[in-house]
Amino acid sequence: MSDETLNDLAAHQQASHANDAAPKMTARDVSVFYGDKMAIDTVSIDVSQENVTAFIGPSGCGKSTFLRTLNRMNDTIPSARVEGRIDLDGEDIYSSGMDVVQLRARVGMVFQKPNPFPKSIYENVAYGPRIHGLASGKAEMDEVVEKSLKRAGLWEEVKDRLTESGTALSGGQQQRLCIARAIAVDPEVILMDEPCSALDPIATAKIEELIHELRGRYAIVIVTHNMQQAARVSQRTAFFHLGHLIEYGDTSEIFTNPRETRTKDYITGRYG
Amino acid sequence: MAAHTVKAFDDDLDQLRASIAEMGGLAEAAISESLRALMQNDLEAAMRVIANDKKLDALESEIERNVVQLIALRAPMADDLREVVAALKIAGVVERIGDYAKNIAKRVHVIEAAAHIEPLSLLPEMGRIVGEMVHNVLNAFAARDADLAVQVCDRDRAVDDFYNSIFRTLLTFMMETPHLITPATHLLFIAKNLERIGDHATNVAEMVYFAATGEQMTERHKGEDGTGDWTDD
Repeated sequence: MSDETLNDLAAHQQASHANDAAPKMTARDVSVFYGDKMAIDTVSIDVSQENVTAFIGPSGCGKSTFLRTLNRMNDTIPSARVEGRIDLDGEDIYSSGMDVVQLRARVGMVFQKPNPFPKSIYENVAYGPRIHGLASGKAEMDEVVEKSLKRAGLWEEVKDRLTESGTALSGGQQQRLCIARAIAVDPEVILMDEPCSALDPIATAKIEELIHELRGRYAIVIVTHNMQQAARVSQRTAFFHLGHLIEYGDTSEIFTNPRETRTKDYITGRYG
Repeated sequence: MAAHTVKAFDDDLDQLRASIAEMGGLAEAAISESLRALMQNDLEAAMRVIANDKKLDALESEIERNVVQLIALRAPMADDLREVVAALKIAGVVERIGDYAKNIAKRVHVIEAAAHIEPLSLLPEMGRIVGEMVHNVLNAFAARDADLAVQVCDRDRAVDDFYNSIFRTLLTFMMETPHLITPATHLLFIAKNLERIGDHATNVAEMVYFAATGEQMTERHKGEDGTGDWTDD
């Protein structure tokens, strides 16, 4: 399929949701290169505030690369180059005026492997608000920490041990701590890059429940290898293959009646 | 259609299709055998049809177990999921079709005295059409053939026409020959059973269409129920 057709398809799929509120983030003709290698080929997609968006696709399809363009995490890779335009609330995040630190506070990220700072649980959450000056004084910071841990569904488990090291928590708790840390700076978008792949099923279920609770408050984009997880947590699903966005639509449609053969082959387990 | 990466998944689906095909074969045979028994007044054949219905019931239970297991263990998606759900529903419908054929067989002994009731001669042809509908719709399922499913729906009109014709003729016959109202009523029920089998085959066609395409069959494809205003369904 040609790029034009793909873009038409993307435009059509977006047009079918034209009545929705303005998208939180929009990507238009975004390509990403690592040196000479094209990792993402002219992808256009809208991310809405009210829906959880899942990116699925086989390893190396570019879904994580694309996710990382949404808060300019690829900037940290010297050979990476991004073309096209990505807007957050209509503002070009790759413009020279964009403060990348601020951007990453507005577009937070949770990674595959829980990566709490080797500091206390309290400090893990308080760190972001402190450097961004979001709390004045101890009482207000206590409030931010408590609110964030509550929203991340971790408060009841850690409220009596806030001074213990974050790294002493279980894997699932660490991941929820990382989500609390992302929430603490009051982001607008949360990007999750396979947030459950290192967790057991119970911890995974807790994260999925958390995603469900956070839906609407934050625009959430999740990359996952687990298609059942994409089906469970998202309302919109994008299927990537070899750097192309093959299909983007309502999750219920993608998993019951995908339009593209490649999507169907992938989700039914016929890929490759 | 490309094979699944996990071959055992394809084996499970093949097994499911084979069970549905087996049910279809049994139901088809039950329809033709019950009508043959009726026409030839063969009570033993009628008894065999009644006894064989147990096989359909057992197959339906087996399919239900296999579908539940397949959904739990393989988590089918997209057209696989639609096919598996369709198989579950189709098994239920084919079992019901078997019940109608069994019901026809049960009436064979009461019709005995009524071999000369005229509409009796129409029933084999009507039975042949509904038997073919069942046969074709299950072929359509096996081949994921939406067009064939639509063709099955189209044939339901002919079945309805048969039924309407038999209904009117029997009504007239009963008014003229009151002492044969009992066998004539049984014949009417037999015709109604065949008409219901046609409707069930049409329902299966709609399930096959959805499984194959992911879309509901449109009203245009479905046609209308032509059994007239004086029926209750």
